[in-house]
Amino acid sequence: MTEVLALERVTREYPGGVRALDDVSLVVTRGELLGIVGPSGSGKSTLLNIMGTLDLPSRGTVRIGGEDVTRLSDRRLSDLRGARLGFVFQQFHLTEGTTAVENVATGLLYAGVPRRRRRRLAEQALERVGLGHRLRHLPHQLSGGEKQRVAIARAVVNEPDLILADEPTGALDTATGDSVLNLLTGLHADGATIAVITHDADIAARLPRRVTVRDGRIVSDHAEGGTPCA
Amino acid sequence: MRLTPVDVVLLGLHGLRTRKARAALSALGIAIGIATMVVVTGVPASSGRALDARLATLGTNLLRVHPVTVGDQPEPLPAESIGMVRRIGPVAEVSAVANLHTVARRSDRVDEHDASGLTVLAGRTDLLPAIGARLSSGRFLTEATARFPVAVLGWEAGSRLGVAAVRPGEPLPQITIGNRRFVVAGVLAPAPLAPDLDTSVVVGWEVAERALGFDGHPTVLYVRAAEANLEDVRAVLPATVNPRLPGMVDVSRPSDALAAKRATATTFGSLVLGLAGVAVLVGAVGVANTMVVSVLERRREIGLRRALGARRGHIRLQFLAESTALSVLGGVAGTALGSGAVVAYAMGHSWPVSIPSWVAAAGLGGATLVGVIAGVYPAVRAARLPPTEALASP
Ligand SMILES: Nc1ncnc2c1ncn2[C@@H]1O[C@H](COP(=O)(O)OP(=O)(O)O)[C@@H](O)[C@H]1O
Ligand SMILES: [Mg+2]
Repeated sequence: MTEVLALERVTREYPGGVRALDDVSLVVTRGELLGIVGPSGSGKSTLLNIMGTLDLPSRGTVRIGGEDVTRLSDRRLSDLRGARLGFVFQQFHLTEGTTAVENVATGLLYAGVPRRRRRRLAEQALERVGLGHRLRHLPHQLSGGEKQRVAIARAVVNEPDLILADEPTGALDTATGDSVLNLLTGLHADGATIAVITHDADIAARLPRRVTVRDGRIVSDHAEGGTPCA
Repeated sequence: MRLTPVDVVLLGLHGLRTRKARAALSALGIAIGIATMVVVTGVPASSGRALDARLATLGTNLLRVHPVTVGDQPEPLPAESIGMVRRIGPVAEVSAVANLHTVARRSDRVDEHDASGLTVLAGRTDLLPAIGARLSSGRFLTEATARFPVAVLGWEAGSRLGVAAVRPGEPLPQITIGNRRFVVAGVLAPAPLAPDLDTSVVVGWEVAERALGFDGHPTVLYVRAAEANLEDVRAVLPATVNPRLPGMVDVSRPSDALAAKRATATTFGSLVLGLAGVAVLVGAVGVANTMVVSVLERRREIGLRRALGARRGHIRLQFLAESTALSVLGGVAGTALGSGAVVAYAMGHSWPVSIPSWVAAAGLGGATLVGVIAGVYPAVRAARLPPTEALASP
């Protein structure tokens, strides 16, 4: 099993003494779909930021594709995010005034893909998430579920090694949230590696691997069939 | 990864596209500044071109010789001075007028004391080519008519005496000079090199001597000489004209007065140009302010771009491109606006249009520079924003 990402004894302390992550170790392997679950304030977002190199740990190492990212320059980290990672956020973060295709194509801008190819790949990604009929729509013309699908298309358009989703259903009603979750499981079935953060135990229950966080520590890590991961 | 220039430009326009009204307003300051620059340089340049064209047709090689006024009466020039000046080598043309100190009226029923305020001159028949003046209608004095009571009116004199034009086929209008009737043979066009002629009535040399008590002493000589020798001619004129009292003779160059007008316009222009520069600077502060607000509002967008792989440099470049685009749009609009104003103004005055290309270039270049400088601080702030903080912004 190929390691995509590994955290080793990661601690993150915020100024003022809050220890949002406390000695956390976690390995994600290729093709996994895992849920990171825990109550609000338990450190899930901090964990996702560190997994996504948007933030660096106070102590410990983070490896992505075998490389220790805590030693990389900001420039190399940016390139790595653009090439290997995809992000989905609770608030979608679509850019107002730009079409669905343009929003998705931005996911390829910083990876150095030529403009024309960006458009074509963005259209394909939107078709993949079931929005082939919404290509030219602006964010305010889309429903919440459609916005999140656009955001997911943007996250997958560069075929990342790992997709990180922070409460992707948090801003959606249950039915829409379910369909977004189905989209993610579908992408996983096609081979994507995905980590989903949620405070919702029901959603976590539908994922093959569940990592439970509490007070900045991993308190349990269960894979399908009840076998805890090492 | 490097962004292509096209991508950078598109990124720069992206923020403006989604906030058009604000972009237009903040570009307006720069537009006004640049437009003012174009106008304050374009208008004098156009009027200067018109003046140059006029000087070219009038010639700048005319000298005006006149006696220095001491007390009431100027010391008249000697009668033989015309012939003396003609003998100076580089002199091409000499002509003369003499003030007859009498009055011209519409008719003898007008009281002598509320006369028109016009000067009555005796004029040589070769006056017009010497001063570069033209007739607006009718004819000038000839060897034949100079002996008879025939007058030619200056431009302004014509309208004061109620003779706007002399029409062929109609009887010649009449006026009263002194106590004698004169017929009007022609009306002059304005004479820029001899503006005192505009308010004068010109009669022949001989008729003046015979009928108006003229003693033959000219008051003003007009001398045309080869341009290259003009200063030499100017130097010898006083002694030639009045060998006894050369100090009583003054020589001026009428085209200098016209050229001086142009210099005044330029001095005035550079003052306003400085003010326009200040307007551009104020516009730049407006752009910087808009950009700071834009960065604050778009923290989430910045965070998102960082998550999508944008380096700090990419963020910096995006906001620099945006402020530059803003200023360049302002500069282009201002240049267009200013040029339009110059064209309209010049056409209104029937001047040739002249907008110095360095002004347009400096305006656009300056706007670009201003945009880059105004964008530096906001762009650096945007790039410094940590991605997590940016994404967590409300
Ligand atoms: N930028 C920050 N500065 C200080 N404390 C923070 C910051 N971000 C998060 N925290 C604290 O760290 C803890 C974990 O927060 P977070 O990772 O957002 O948890 P979750 O996503 O599970 O709700 C909380 O106590 C929170 O208050
Ligand atoms: Mg959170």
